[in-house]
Amino acid sequence: MPKVKVPRKSTSIDMTAMCDVAFLLLSFFILATQFKPDEALEVVTPKSVSTRQLEGKDIVLVTMDRDGKVYFSIDDNNQDEKEVVIEEVNKMKNLGLTDAEKQAFINRGSFVGVPFSQLKSYLQMSPEQIKNLNHPGIPVTDTLNNELQVWIRATVEAFKGKKMNLMVKGDNEAKYPSFKGIIDAFKKNEQFKFSMVTDPEGVPEGTELARKIEKLGAKATDEQ
Amino acid sequence: MAEMDTSQQGGHKKKGPGVKKAKKLSTRVDLTPMVDLGFLLITFFVFTTTMSEPTAVRLYLPKDTERPEEQNKVKNSGALTLLLNKNDNIFYYEGELQPDGSNFQSTNWKDVRDVILNKKRTTKPEDFVVIIKPGPESTYRNTVDMLDEMFINDVKRYALVDITPQDLQFVVASEGGGSAPPAGNSGN
Repeated sequence: MPKVKVPRKSTSIDMTAMCDVAFLLLSFFILATQFKPDEALEVVTPKSVSTRQLEGKDIVLVTMDRDGKVYFSIDDNNQDEKEVVIEEVNKMKNLGLTDAEKQAFINRGSFVGVPFSQLKSYLQMSPEQIKNLNHPGIPVTDTLNNELQVWIRATVEAFKGKKMNLMVKGDNEAKYPSFKGIIDAFKKNEQFKFSMVTDPEGVPEGTELARKIEKLGAKATDEQ
Repeated sequence: MAEMDTSQQGGHKKKGPGVKKAKKLSTRVDLTPMVDLGFLLITFFVFTTTMSEPTAVRLYLPKDTERPEEQNKVKNSGALTLLLNKNDNIFYYEGELQPDGSNFQSTNWKDVRDVILNKKRTTKPEDFVVIIKPGPESTYRNTVDMLDEMFINDVKRYALVDITPQDLQFVVASEGGGSAPPAGNSGN
């Protein structure tokens, strides 16, 4: 009887196709990854259940770092408004800024974290010096001399007839009085609406909000 | 694809008797380690890609008015006042603070939800209002967490109010008294 020959099949598979897929995905992820821009200020924002996305245009950002120091910046795409703001501040506080110093404020990526008394010398600094500078922050906790109020007033003036998105980006560890000072500066300028930048977080189970989301879908947290 | 056709094309010429056949080396490469590496890098990039875009919490501030008749009045019975201070401590009282502090109680971030819900259940919805008073030692995180708690528990009316010296006195006294809950009870 002839023996039935079982052909011995090789167990090694052709890996080429898999390799192709792996590297295709790899190149996709490398290209799709957006590296975080090198931020001058390190701020760890608190978490919230809010799912509302940040508005991307006309941002006026007040940053509060972990020591409660306050910084002020305007979105780089609003060059015209920035120009008006520095012009106004110059006028209101009689700082006597030169055109070059004003330009330093209008330049991309600029932010202010110094009192008015130091603003002139601050705007003369090179980016390197600013990086190494220990920013004293804009004074806000003193109710009589809340300098952020002046900045906001100038900004409101600059954004006249336009909707600006006032935002506060605060650090977890910042103490409340700084935040209070920021709120006061907003209030004094009749800016009653603002957003606080947060990290998203899951909604705890079994709470009212969780039930609401079940009923309405993800929209429930948007209306905040 | 990984192997190239190295077999000689055309006719197989017989070589002379003295000529040794060159050993045919396989050009087939084992791609397994390369695939491993590829997927390793993929997982790395997948995990480092931040999918979570920052979100925003909206806060509407009340207008400061000098005239008392324009201010919103709060029914004392429906008010729950939460006081925040250092080490993530929370103190609260319902209604008005008694001069002797008899209704002044302490809680922590784990139990504060029950406190709020309890008050919500026992008061008429139109009277219910939560007053948040962050103290000078409380952090920004505490404040945002508390506002978040308002969203989570669907509290319609709440206000961020400055702490009064009287409130602060009780808070400091309770913190110093050793009755404060252990630190590190950070919420969420």
